Amino acid sequence: MSMNSLQTPLNTLPSEAFSRAGADSPSAAESLSEAGIMVTAASMPAGPADDLVLEVRHVCGGYKSGGFFGRGGSYKEVIHDVDFVVRHGEILGLVGESGTGKSTLAKMILGLLKPEKGEIIHYTKRPQIIFQDPYSSLNPAYTVEWTVEEPLRVFGKYDAAERKRRVREMLERVDVPEEVFQAKPDELSGGQRQRVSIAAALIRRPRFIIADEPVSALDVTIQAQILKLLKDLRTELDLSYLFISHDLNVVYQLCDRVLVMKQGRIVEQGTVEEVFDHPQQEYTKQLLAAAE
Amino acid sequence: MKKKMNGYLMAGLIITGVLLLMTLIGAFYTPYDPTVMSAREKFNAPSFAHLFGTDNFGRDIFSRVLKGSGTTVFIALSTVVIGAVIGTAVGAVTGYFGGFIDEVLMRMNDALTAFPSILLALVVISILGPGSRFNLILALGIVFIPGFARVTRTAFASLRDRNYVESARLMGASSARIMLIHMLPNIFSVLFPALTIGFNNAVLAEASMSFLGIGVTPPDASLGYMLSEAQGMIVAAPWYAISTGLMIILLVFGAGLIGEGLQRSGNSTEL
Repeated sequence: MSMNSLQTPLNTLPSEAFSRAGADSPSAAESLSEAGIMVTAASMPAGPADDLVLEVRHVCGGYKSGGFFGRGGSYKEVIHDVDFVVRHGEILGLVGESGTGKSTLAKMILGLLKPEKGEIIHYTKRPQIIFQDPYSSLNPAYTVEWTVEEPLRVFGKYDAAERKRRVREMLERVDVPEEVFQAKPDELSGGQRQRVSIAAALIRRPRFIIADEPVSALDVTIQAQILKLLKDLRTELDLSYLFISHDLNVVYQLCDRVLVMKQGRIVEQGTVEEVFDHPQQEYTKQLLAAAE
Repeated sequence: MKKKMNGYLMAGLIITGVLLLMTLIGAFYTPYDPTVMSAREKFNAPSFAHLFGTDNFGRDIFSRVLKGSGTTVFIALSTVVIGAVIGTAVGAVTGYFGGFIDEVLMRMNDALTAFPSILLALVVISILGPGSRFNLILALGIVFIPGFARVTRTAFASLRDRNYVESARLMGASSARIMLIHMLPNIFSVLFPALTIGFNNAVLAEASMSFLGIGVTPPDASLGYMLSEAQGMIVAAPWYAISTGLMIILLVFGAGLIGEGLQRSGNSTEL
């Protein structure tokens, strides 16, 4: 299996592929392929792969630990032969008990962890993530405005005035009040922190977002507001989501399709109606029963 | 990091502030020339004319203490800066990247730590040549690297997997940018106390080195050198040893209080 070759999906013109993949950040393609992930971009004309944003093909992976001078040590496989796609514009739920490998899978998709086997193919710009814990996802040393501006500074294509304009526009869009633009994270509420995280994730206009339990740490009323915001932003900014959650009620409300994960394997997948109303697997039935 | 005032910090800042002001003034003005001898005024006890008395050559000890403190503070600060900058860089790289580079650099660090610090400084001085204050600074600076490296390595390693660091990696920020801009401000709560402790140790190390005669040499005077002079006349002019020793104690005490105060007021949620 060739991990480092650049794979081109059907009907894709290479030049176009690069112009899209490279539109966001020239380093994105490099660093993703460094992580053993192939980066390609979807073709603009209609084709079989046209409506995909992500393809995960028979991926296995996990964590290495110990070892002397990087040699030896043990390897614990967490993800076993996971295979699925994310389609353009959908919210794909990923459910399962905690410790089942959901976040590990997210790390692999983001390129923070290298898969041992299989391929992860991106058809859009580098994805961004919204983390569960709004307390550790924002840098405590910096203000809200700095945090949201940082991805643009790193990107380096806009001058200071243009960056500021985009930051303000995005913060206003996600309903962060202007009084807290200069506040540090420890002065914000959990909901505000999560809105700032969303703004920072979206500021470079990615097309694909991984939301790792984005509302689990929030009060129920705030949860509903954040979920509505995510849903509205999907249409406005033409986003697709991989929505990781252990809360089946939230998944039922929000998602179009759902993957059920158990001990690092996808045991069932389908539309939310199929899976929730007619679960095929015993494990899915147990999960649903527990969520009643 | 939120800094809340507390008694330790306040007392430390006052003591250190007064001492630093005195040494700063001492650099430009002293009541007497600290090197001018006067046969008529040998071993004078403290008086209004000579606040701390005079020594065996009739030199004004107060003026000498002012000048000597300046030398000591300059050497201690330079030492800490060298140790902190290199040590923090080493700690950042090893803590952030881990793996092979971590093993190599930390084993080198262990090797440095394995020598008693004074012995290590002696070795470096004997290689570089004694008698120069810059060689002394360099030698002590090298001695201080491992401590800073260890403290900052732990801090960087514990921040490495924070979500905001992963976010920075995802946005394509360079490793240097992540370490310097995203992580470094969050380790100030461990770096500042380490700096004050480092300053203390540097004052004491300079004093020990000069006391042993391998630090500052005449006509340059430092507190450590003066203390070794004072030892010879501890009976004839006890005020010399007392005033010099007191100055060392106050310098160390003041910086120690600042360190303690910073640690107590430091942000307890981070690190």
